[in-house]
Amino acid sequence: MSWIENRFEEGLIVTSLDWAINWGRCSSIWPMTFGLACCAIEMMAVGASRFDIDRFGAGAFRASPRQSDLMIVAGTVTYKMASRLKRLYNQMPEPKYVMAMGACTVGGGPYFKHGYHVVKGVDLVVPVDIYIPGCPPRPEALLEALMRLQDKIRSQTRKKDVMTKAKEAALV
Amino acid sequence: MTPEEVCQILKSEFGEAIEDALLEGAHPCAKVAAHRWGEVATFLRDDSRLRFNLLRSITAIDMLADDKLACVYDVMHIPTDAPAELVTTTIIFAVRIEVDRNAPSIPSVASLWPAADWHEREAFDMMGIDFPGHPDLRRILCCDDWVGYPLRKDYDFPLEYHGIPATTEFELTNPRH
Repeated sequence: MSWIENRFEEGLIVTSLDWAINWGRCSSIWPMTFGLACCAIEMMAVGASRFDIDRFGAGAFRASPRQSDLMIVAGTVTYKMASRLKRLYNQMPEPKYVMAMGACTVGGGPYFKHGYHVVKGVDLVVPVDIYIPGCPPRPEALLEALMRLQDKIRSQTRKKDVMTKAKEAALV
Repeated sequence: MTPEEVCQILKSEFGEAIEDALLEGAHPCAKVAAHRWGEVATFLRDDSRLRFNLLRSITAIDMLADDKLACVYDVMHIPTDAPAELVTTTIIFAVRIEVDRNAPSIPSVASLWPAADWHEREAFDMMGIDFPGHPDLRRILCCDDWVGYPLRKDYDFPLEYHGIPATTEFELTNPRH
């Protein structure tokens, strides 16, 4: 973009809209407090000073789904909780992301065979962006997952691909 | 007071209602007929010799081979007239009640021991035992619209719940207890 550089007054930065919006989104991911079982203890450790998820801009744990971007499903999801989980997910504003933290949320975990009440993977209820295996995962694993989620957000684009354009044309 | 003496008192008071005295082993208990359990429980709590003022737990047992369900009530006497640091003489006893598996019904003791309220709700939720006289007999852990009683030995897993599949590998796991 050399043709555009130095053509404006000082202090003006020229960048792509995608880069700027993605930078804003991935630098301040506000998670929702959604600790359901023992994984929540590790999630709290990540929020505290030793591991400090705030270094990545994701330290503002919100108690309301309407203020959060990321749902870290930390712990065993039962069928009773699944309906609440779905409702909370629907209440989150776009763009929203879901992390499945721990073996139970990834695929039922130790309750896969004999747990009559455990959802066999939270991806059966809501779409999941990042899976974190472990029982429970180490705090470092959650930090790694957050960085991978940031990578995912950075690769987003507002550009519509050919298929999306064709679908929209068909709807009109 | 030993469990043998408690059994003696109960037998002299209720006779036939005390079906058996299972005093062997580490968990001595008396087997009580279900239809007399209300009276027996009141006696256990209020008799001046016994005064079992604490219900420690209710355990429900599925005896599938005998086609029966059982409830074990662990009761305990704690002297209330002495300061807590001086209490050394507690009495521990247990009562076992066996009922028909197809129509399990045991009189509620929630009005005698408030601790029984949630224990009975749990036994109802997990084992399907009815407790007539209970103030609020609803499921306590499972959803209100849950089908079946999960801790019964012949319980079949649901294949789906409100559109959520209950297993992802039906042919591999054969979901049963």
